[in-house]
Amino acid sequence: MKRSKRTSSSKSSKTRRLEVRSRAELKALQSLMATAVFRPLTPEEGMQPRWIDGRTTSELASTFIKPNDRLTAFDRLEIYNRVYWFRVLDCLYDDYPGLRAVLGERKFMKMITAYLAKYPSASFTLRNLGSRLEQFLRDEPRWIAPRPELALDMARFEWAQVIAFDDESKPAITPDDILDTRPDKLRLGLQPYLSLLQLNYEVDEFLVAVKKSESAVLRSEASNTFEAMPHSSGREKRPRLPKRKRIHLAVHRHDNDLYYKRLDPEGFVILTALRAGASVEEACLQGLSSTKRTGVDWNEEIKAYFNNWTALGWFCRFSKK
Amino acid sequence: MPANSFNNFTEYGIGIGLRVPHYRHILAEKPVVDWFEIISENFMVDGGRPLEVLDKIMEQYRVVQHGVAMYFGSADRLNREHLKKLKRLVKRTKTPWLSDHLCWGSVDGRYTHDLLPMPYTFAAAKATAANIREAQDFLEVPICVENVSSYAEFHASEMTEWEFLSEVVERADCGILLDVNNIYVSSQNHNFDPYAYLNNVPHDRVGQIHIAGHSKFEKYILDTHDHPVLDPVWKLYAHAVKLVGRTATLLEWDDSIPSFEEVHHEALKANQFIEKLENATA
Repeated sequence: MKRSKRTSSSKSSKTRRLEVRSRAELKALQSLMATAVFRPLTPEEGMQPRWIDGRTTSELASTFIKPNDRLTAFDRLEIYNRVYWFRVLDCLYDDYPGLRAVLGERKFMKMITAYLAKYPSASFTLRNLGSRLEQFLRDEPRWIAPRPELALDMARFEWAQVIAFDDESKPAITPDDILDTRPDKLRLGLQPYLSLLQLNYEVDEFLVAVKKSESAVLRSEASNTFEAMPHSSGREKRPRLPKRKRIHLAVHRHDNDLYYKRLDPEGFVILTALRAGASVEEACLQGLSSTKRTGVDWNEEIKAYFNNWTALGWFCRFSKK
Repeated sequence: MPANSFNNFTEYGIGIGLRVPHYRHILAEKPVVDWFEIISENFMVDGGRPLEVLDKIMEQYRVVQHGVAMYFGSADRLNREHLKKLKRLVKRTKTPWLSDHLCWGSVDGRYTHDLLPMPYTFAAAKATAANIREAQDFLEVPICVENVSSYAEFHASEMTEWEFLSEVVERADCGILLDVNNIYVSSQNHNFDPYAYLNNVPHDRVGQIHIAGHSKFEKYILDTHDHPVLDPVWKLYAHAVKLVGRTATLLEWDDSIPSFEEVHHEALKANQFIEKLENATA
């Protein structure tokens, strides 16, 4: 009886096996399998039992994957589904320790699962996996409630570090290169690896504390000594969340080491204006008009800014792109 | 003397994969290593530490590029931007040959970051070979395609995996990177004879061999690259060198990576099989 039910005509047309006799059919098979691979896992970390159209996923898998003597078609497809999710979740877990600490592990995992379900990887490299996270969090702030601003600050800060690590470095400009150009005509480019962030929380100090506490946990987990055992969970040492405070950060690299540097608000305005294409003169005027500080020798201050930024190699030739 | 027309680097010897945990040791101690294999995608960046390390390594060592994201078997056409970045790296490393996998992993610009298996059909072989030819023409460097480990087989398949590999490389006129660990893993997962695989691929196209460790689960074997090479894989390796002759060989160790010395020592075990073969033929 069971056998005849399975081979009834309506069922067999639905479960027709996929063939690959052309590039188009190859594409159809690959699209189907990719859809299955990208679907989020169940809470038990298995493949979802129900397919998009209401069929069982077992039935769907059987249309293109062969079973063997140990594994069903579902089991075999599930291996790829699990490997994909473990890989991408692991990657964001490592790239966002600060955001993880802000949200807590469980909430973080739920959030990145939702993110990756909406935005599967669109790059050949896992390095770019977080490239649309800020946009996702702005569009769907429910994932970062009740601290959306802090979480967004941290997400932006951690993505800036990915950029600073290996983005392009252009030949740095020296004072000699610009000696003869008038400030109202002079435009300076900023290095592509440099990010300028205006933030509402002191996430830089918080991240340092998070990393310190994580490495302490790692050290204690790697140790067999009795003294290390009481600290092995690391939970009791979780750093306090940062207080609200407006800061300006430059995230950059120097000699290929990653740094983040606090900027004065005026310096931040000048650099942001330069990046937007303002001349040096315009950028400085914007910086000065933004200031609330009094009793400052701005000639000396601005000279010091530019000396410092030049020494760090932040300036390059301006290009309209 | 080259073993075959796709293996002009017979004397390359035994290499290991260049991995982050070993950077400091390699740069400081400068150990004697025949060559390093780099994962191309890790260095297809625009600047920063990765390229600095690569340049320092290249001052001392021979480097060969191995890719994980070209996806020759994808039904989509190759990504030209990817190829351009890859070519920039090829020019930087002057890699004597370049390898990537006989697999697919992306659809419509979405990436699985996995090496997904092919349906073994003539249409798939034709599409794959066209992609390889395009890449070879654009990159202007010989390409070897690597057989992958797999956990699924397709109803659509019309031939064995080794027949598919042969069909593809003949159509594309390219080399083979024979991964004997992958052959073993797939043979266990799909119940075929790994020696039949080795015996039936075109030996005159094998330009490189991979060896690695794997993990056994209850119902299948996973290609984890986190162990030393297991005995059945060494036996397959011995058989492979008997068939293809001395060939550039590389140990992959990508997870739970031990010290540099341990990895290198494991890789150098391959020499005993090559020496045994050469003593026997002398």
